[in-house]
Amino acid sequence: MDLLTVLQVLDSTVRLATPLLLACLAGLFSERAGIFDIGLEGKMLAAAFFSAAIAAVTGSVWIGLGAGILASLSLSGLHGLASITFRGNQLISGVAINFLAAGLTVLIAQSWFQQGGRTPALLSGGRFGGITLPGAEALREVPVLGPIYYELISGHSILVYVAFACVPLTWWILYRTRFGLRLRAVGENPEAVDTAGISVIRLRYAAVLICGLLCGIAGAYLATALQAGFVQDMTAGRGYIALAALIFAKWRPWQALYATLLFGFLQAIALRYQNLDLGFFTLPVQAMDALPYILTVVILAGFIGKAVPPRAGGEPYVKER
Amino acid sequence: MERMPKWADVVLIPLISLLLAAVISGLVILAIGEDPINALNLMVKGALGSTYGWGYTLYYATNFLFTGLAVAVAFHARLFNIGGEGQAMLGGLGVALVCLYLPWPHWSLALLAATGGAALFGAAWAFLPAILQAKRGSHIVITTIMFNFIAAAFLNWLLVGPLKPRGAMDPSTARFPEAVHLPSLHEILAPLGISFSKAAPANVSFLVGILACILVWALIWRTRLGYEIRAFGHSEPAARYAGISPTKITVITMLISGGLAGMMAINNVMGEAERLVLNATEGAGFIGIAVALMGRSHPFGVFLAAILFGFLYQGGAELALWTNIPRELIIVIQALVILFTGALDNMVRMPLERLFMALRRRRA
Repeated sequence: MDLLTVLQVLDSTVRLATPLLLACLAGLFSERAGIFDIGLEGKMLAAAFFSAAIAAVTGSVWIGLGAGILASLSLSGLHGLASITFRGNQLISGVAINFLAAGLTVLIAQSWFQQGGRTPALLSGGRFGGITLPGAEALREVPVLGPIYYELISGHSILVYVAFACVPLTWWILYRTRFGLRLRAVGENPEAVDTAGISVIRLRYAAVLICGLLCGIAGAYLATALQAGFVQDMTAGRGYIALAALIFAKWRPWQALYATLLFGFLQAIALRYQNLDLGFFTLPVQAMDALPYILTVVILAGFIGKAVPPRAGGEPYVKER
Repeated sequence: MERMPKWADVVLIPLISLLLAAVISGLVILAIGEDPINALNLMVKGALGSTYGWGYTLYYATNFLFTGLAVAVAFHARLFNIGGEGQAMLGGLGVALVCLYLPWPHWSLALLAATGGAALFGAAWAFLPAILQAKRGSHIVITTIMFNFIAAAFLNWLLVGPLKPRGAMDPSTARFPEAVHLPSLHEILAPLGISFSKAAPANVSFLVGILACILVWALIWRTRLGYEIRAFGHSEPAARYAGISPTKITVITMLISGGLAGMMAINNVMGEAERLVLNATEGAGFIGIAVALMGRSHPFGVFLAAILFGFLYQGGAELALWTNIPRELIIVIQALVILFTGALDNMVRMPLERLFMALRRRRA
């Protein structure tokens, strides 16, 4: 395997890890505040559809991005309503949101575009193109470092850089701001936060909405940057892989980056090599597909360090009278 | 003091939730430029207007009976089994192995063995998540979701590889032998002088499903194990204090739940396709969640909810055939049912409770 092949696999790792990373950080905000969210998949799917649909109609990818975020935010609002205001079961609400998005996107796509549940293919104005970073062309010929800079670091869409910038940003918000401290506290011990005179409800809604924002960007990335348009069920389980990565990362931002890069790498390998020949036996592509889930179960089982979720996760908060 | 009479809890709340889901579905149909009344008419006519329609309705209902019971049993122990889909896939594998690799003189024996095989494989797929929840505290919802994906990858591999007959094109097993063909409702009812559509896939598994409902009812409310399951679901510390082992209850409940989900395969794999195909479950495992919520985890409620969803599925297929409304409308309805009967339960419940309290105060 030469350098170029390695770089191409790594390049596609970055592309495939981006939606996982955004969704994983989205889940991180929500779950750190004590709201379990298995509806990441649905929110991404809704955002993917609305961003592609609006970008196709208006011809502007930025308006599309806005529409995708708005769609994801409204599903977040629904999740908040069910799990914060009406103190319902957060898991069931997440399941419902996933189905709602899976059904509605196809229904609306069929009604708007009559193309069998997909949006028209997006032209260049309706997509996020690659950005060539300064100096990439000039440095291209420099041995080793040149190709790495040109192939791997430069040439991605703006959303990829946004996603990677979100990692230190999330870390800073969670661990260096007052809001972050309160957010983490409300996921561990909401009574204490309430006693301090801070609204548990408002904090949790804020977390859920940040989750919606990030899922919205993730979905828009799928439909307007990674691919050119929406097709039915295009998230293809990425929301669940993100959830797996979140557990893998034990609900921490930097580890979320590493976990999603690992899972993105697995996807990139599965995409490039259908059946991986390891010399002594051939690893079927399905084993690659299943690997993120198997790894997550192993982590959950606590064989490689225990993954302990936020203590108040999944529990609706009932204010004492 | 009960805040409201029992009938309101059991009948009124599901009905209001269903009504809300129906109204919003109607609005969705309006929004995409179709006529909801006409749509409802078409659905009723397509699903219930002929024995052909009924045959499909009952066929789908049989799938949902098993997966609904699976989720319901787990709910009694306050376990949320999202893994019905994967367990049903593995159940299909169990059925296929029994039907393909063992010689059967008569379908009745084959059905017994296939039911056993399906339950065994389904239960086995629920075992790891169960033991991990009981022993290591790994959240069962997450592990069962992961196991759905692992099951899908595993079956995918089996069906394009080891189980595919040589030279075949589609990813599926060979056709099951003629001897394991299950009698359809047409074949059962014909000797009684009742004519039933020949083409519809409803078969004897529907009766097995009804039997499963009765057995689950007896298990939950008439046996010691059922009592322990319910006690554990109501309060784990109390159950522990009463000498009930949480590990034992978690594992046994999940085995029963996984077994029931797996048993769905006698209907879709053995009764309809007569071979194991890719994605044979078609999401029925997830519909079990809606069915169990709607049916309030009671076998009779599950039965009614399964028929309702069978109607929605067949009706939805007819809609897709005659109008511009795609089949995905059913997924929206399913989502709304889960949302209102599950997650937004309190939204319906709180005002009703207030209403009943006010009524009681006036009477007093």
